[in-house]
Amino acid sequence: MLLKELTEASGVSGNEKEVRDLIISEIKDYVDSYKIDRLGNIIAYKKGKDIGKKLMITAHMDEVGLMIKDIDKDGFLKFMTVGGIDKRILVSKPVLVGKDKLPGVIGAKPIHLQKPDERTRALNIDELYIDIGARSKEEAERYVSIGDYVIFDSEYVEFGEGLVKAKALDNRVGCSLLIKLIKEIKDLSFYAVFTVMEEVGLVGAGPAAYEVDPDYAIILEGTLCYDMPKLDTHLIPTYLNKGPAISLIDRTTIYNKDFRNKIVEIAKKNNIPYQFRKTSMGGNDSGKIHTTREGSITATISVPCRYIHSPASVMSKKDYDSTFALLKEILYQFEREEI
Amino acid sequence: MNINFSLLKELVGIYGPASNEKTIREYITKEIKDYVDEIEIDSLGNLIARKKGNGKKIMISAHMDQIGLMVIDIDEKGFLRFTNVGGISPFISISQKVVFENGTVGIIYHEPVDDISKLKLSNMYIDIGAFSKEEAEKKVSIGDICIYKTEFEENENVVFTSYLDDRVGCFIAIEAIKKINNPINDLYFVFSTQEEVGLRGAKTAAYKIDPDIGIALDVTAHGDTPKAKRFAVGLNKGAAIKVKDNSIICHPKIRELLVNIAKENEIPYQMEVLEFGGTDSGAIHVTKEGVPSGVISIPTRYVHSTVEMASKNDIINCLKLLIKFLESEINI
Repeated sequence: MLLKELTEASGVSGNEKEVRDLIISEIKDYVDSYKIDRLGNIIAYKKGKDIGKKLMITAHMDEVGLMIKDIDKDGFLKFMTVGGIDKRILVSKPVLVGKDKLPGVIGAKPIHLQKPDERTRALNIDELYIDIGARSKEEAERYVSIGDYVIFDSEYVEFGEGLVKAKALDNRVGCSLLIKLIKEIKDLSFYAVFTVMEEVGLVGAGPAAYEVDPDYAIILEGTLCYDMPKLDTHLIPTYLNKGPAISLIDRTTIYNKDFRNKIVEIAKKNNIPYQFRKTSMGGNDSGKIHTTREGSITATISVPCRYIHSPASVMSKKDYDSTFALLKEILYQFEREEI
Repeated sequence: MNINFSLLKELVGIYGPASNEKTIREYITKEIKDYVDEIEIDSLGNLIARKKGNGKKIMISAHMDQIGLMVIDIDEKGFLRFTNVGGISPFISISQKVVFENGTVGIIYHEPVDDISKLKLSNMYIDIGAFSKEEAEKKVSIGDICIYKTEFEENENVVFTSYLDDRVGCFIAIEAIKKINNPINDLYFVFSTQEEVGLRGAKTAAYKIDPDIGIALDVTAHGDTPKAKRFAVGLNKGAAIKVKDNSIICHPKIRELLVNIAKENEIPYQMEVLEFGGTDSGAIHVTKEGVPSGVISIPTRYVHSTVEMASKNDIINCLKLLIKFLESEINI
């Protein structure tokens, strides 16, 4: 299954090759051209009906993770985070280190030995280390180098009623949707762009948008979800199982009102559930895309994901399907030149 | 110089929060269309008006967007929750009136809080006097943006009102468009969008225009009120010529030129070294291969409040300085 393969692939920001290769193998027979640009973005073009406007659909390939910054004399690996990771989720997590995916565990002092103050606070990253079972620096250095990337070791699991648990749903879910669009949409010209290094500051999207120079862009994301029943409704950014989340505003973009309203109208007309992303926190590739060159009109459509940026994020297949249904209808409206 | 402040009074009252500038754009278009050679609107909604000339290509940018509040949730009882569009302070917002694009009026209030100093926007709501969600939804939709609703006041010295930021810059740009008859430089007046959320409109407009020189017109802070943080800009001391803020260190030649022009024409001026904030020139000067840029600032008290105050003399002096600058032969 594609989403399983995508989420289990390794692709921390700056190291997207494995994900990129997988995506290329999936799309190459369905696009008219593709290239890898100098930053590592995939820019693919699918030729269909020319609507006189350039449409670009994007999803970032990279995920948050860790990087080895030092190896101590006993063979333990010191690390830093790449992208936004809550340090409280790190302790005792299994990880895979480097190109060869060497298994390791993020270790810390056991509770028995912790001082009272250590028990009441989250351990700092410099109090943690990755244990790969090496007994000395020399032994560790045979397998690991400073600068190696680390991913969470987390399997794709389906559970509950149509739910999926996996790492990197942000944003392999977007990649998966975009691959599916490439395969299924036949009658419309569009650019499909898989970007690099979104999680460390929207790095890939700017140069990609500069090259494509779109009139319209749709950004596909896995976005935060925190739908706990005791919260006031305005504090719930998105809900699971309530359909694609349409963005209003975030740190990087105020989404074009007319395009947003058009998307809502399409969802309503086709009885596709939808919700608004009710927080202005966070940001995504749209921030760079809509202000590149002379500017463009953008929308972000996301699949809600609980526990995002952790080894175990959770999404609903129902949301995935309704997001895809909405995207397909939007592209159909582009094709009919009603957008 | 003869200045009619009634246009400024109109401008500050027109709806146009960041990303939703259509109404103010249409108003400004109507004001200037008979005085310019070309008008264009780009994807971000910038209004770009050209007055042709043979000299340097100069982009003059005044942002037409304003700060506001976006509705993100409507609860069962019809109360609206919101997020900020630009720099909205919870404390300034308490008990203010707001108005939506369709004219719906509401007031901002907050949940009971133990410690008012910890008040956040997420503890606040807008009450439009609806008694249910259904009733509220007839007037307001999620994603709608409202702005503060206040009165314009003036006396012989000052104007005070919400949204001098940056309708006073727009006012100066419009007056300059009307007063310059045969431009020697090639003038691109930009009424930019989304400045309040990060200079977004100016960035794409500058890319399109690719100017030789950039000038922004915007409000700046003040240091002349009781126990104000030390800042050498005050009301009624002249046009402020920016040296720096957090978005730009102005090009020394542009700054020098502005100072020389002010001296030669006996236009009162003051130098502005601002330790925070930013304006459109911040985006313009790093566009493409770089654009020498400066800023003429209008000294303003209480920026981003509902009672922003500026001196009429300063506004006139900013306008004089801008016109003299645009009508000079510039070698850079």
